[in-house]
Amino acid sequence: MLGFGADLLWADMNRLLAFLFHQGVLDEQFLQLQQLQDEASPNFVSEVVNIYFHESEKLLTNLRGLLMEREYKKMGIHLNQFMGSSSSIGAKRVTNVCVAFRAATDQSNRAGCLRALEMLEHEYCYLKNKLHELFQIEQQRALVAGVRYPV
Amino acid sequence: MDSNSVVSWPRLPENIDGFGIKQKQSEEVHVLAVDDSIVDRKVIEHLLKVLACKVTAVDSGLRALQLLGLLDEQKIPSETNGFGGLKVDLIITDYCMPGMTGYELLKKIKESSSFKETPVVIMSSENVLPRIDRCLEEGAEDFIVKPVKLSDVKRLKDFMTTKEVIRGELSQEEREGINKRKLLDTSDVSPSSPPSISSSPLPSSPSSVIDSPIRRLKMTGTD
Repeated sequence: MLGFGADLLWADMNRLLAFLFHQGVLDEQFLQLQQLQDEASPNFVSEVVNIYFHESEKLLTNLRGLLMEREYKKMGIHLNQFMGSSSSIGAKRVTNVCVAFRAATDQSNRAGCLRALEMLEHEYCYLKNKLHELFQIEQQRALVAGVRYPV
Repeated sequence: MDSNSVVSWPRLPENIDGFGIKQKQSEEVHVLAVDDSIVDRKVIEHLLKVLACKVTAVDSGLRALQLLGLLDEQKIPSETNGFGGLKVDLIITDYCMPGMTGYELLKKIKESSSFKETPVVIMSSENVLPRIDRCLEEGAEDFIVKPVKLSDVKRLKDFMTTKEVIRGELSQEEREGINKRKLLDTSDVSPSSPPSISSSPLPSSPSSVIDSPIRRLKMTGTD
């Protein structure tokens, strides 16, 4: 009974992952991180992703402030960082928005920057929600699988 | 997949212990990773650990130089063949960093007496050819475009492994050279033949070893 539940959850997880890949939200770098997860470090992916969330929120806050100040060059530097960490975890859509955003800062295009920031916040929120969903399913599955094989 | 590297490293003959050559047989490869991004540091650290490397990760070129003992106020006299400081087998650094860039760090390392032989690999999220060329010209071993994958790091580790085997083979030749001299002495012939090691310099760019396309580019460019 419980094993059946674990299988359903596993299917849910894979469905969500497939969806995220199909939508271009995640790319193969995320798979690479999953491959690095093992018994020795069973929470590697969620650890890295949580660090990423923490850093990203700081960057977004800074970007908002810098845009108010019209500090385009500094925004470019922040965007490089955001781009780098996003690509390192396989967050493809967020990375792409950063690229477009950086192009707008290169041209000191305020309207373009405003639009890009909005899009970035939207994509980032979406990614965060989806990844939280993914980790929740994974946690549930681990719980259910754990109950199935009592020590 | 991982077991291959464990099996192939190192194939050193057991009887070369007596030459004072630092034996790395039981020691792990120690990598110094330099990156200002905490996410990237976490990823590269894990990638290297998965490949059984010892990792020290720092967030700036300055801290890296500090660790290596290369900051100006830390001049360590190289009395023990450059092993006076930290033992590092590979340095992998991000290019774009605030303060000191990876390129500047590379230059400082190549200028030092203790670490100029240590391979330095540059990572960058941007595939800019002039940047790659500049780094290779300055002595970088390889250039990895981010995001860094397991296959990238595995290739580096295989390079480190092979380098150790080459050192091992040289030690054996040196041993044979000394044996030859002994033979010559006993047969009372003038010891004119030097040990074979003097004619076989430690290859700094072994052409057969490196499979990296960047490496191949470098070979054709400078030679």
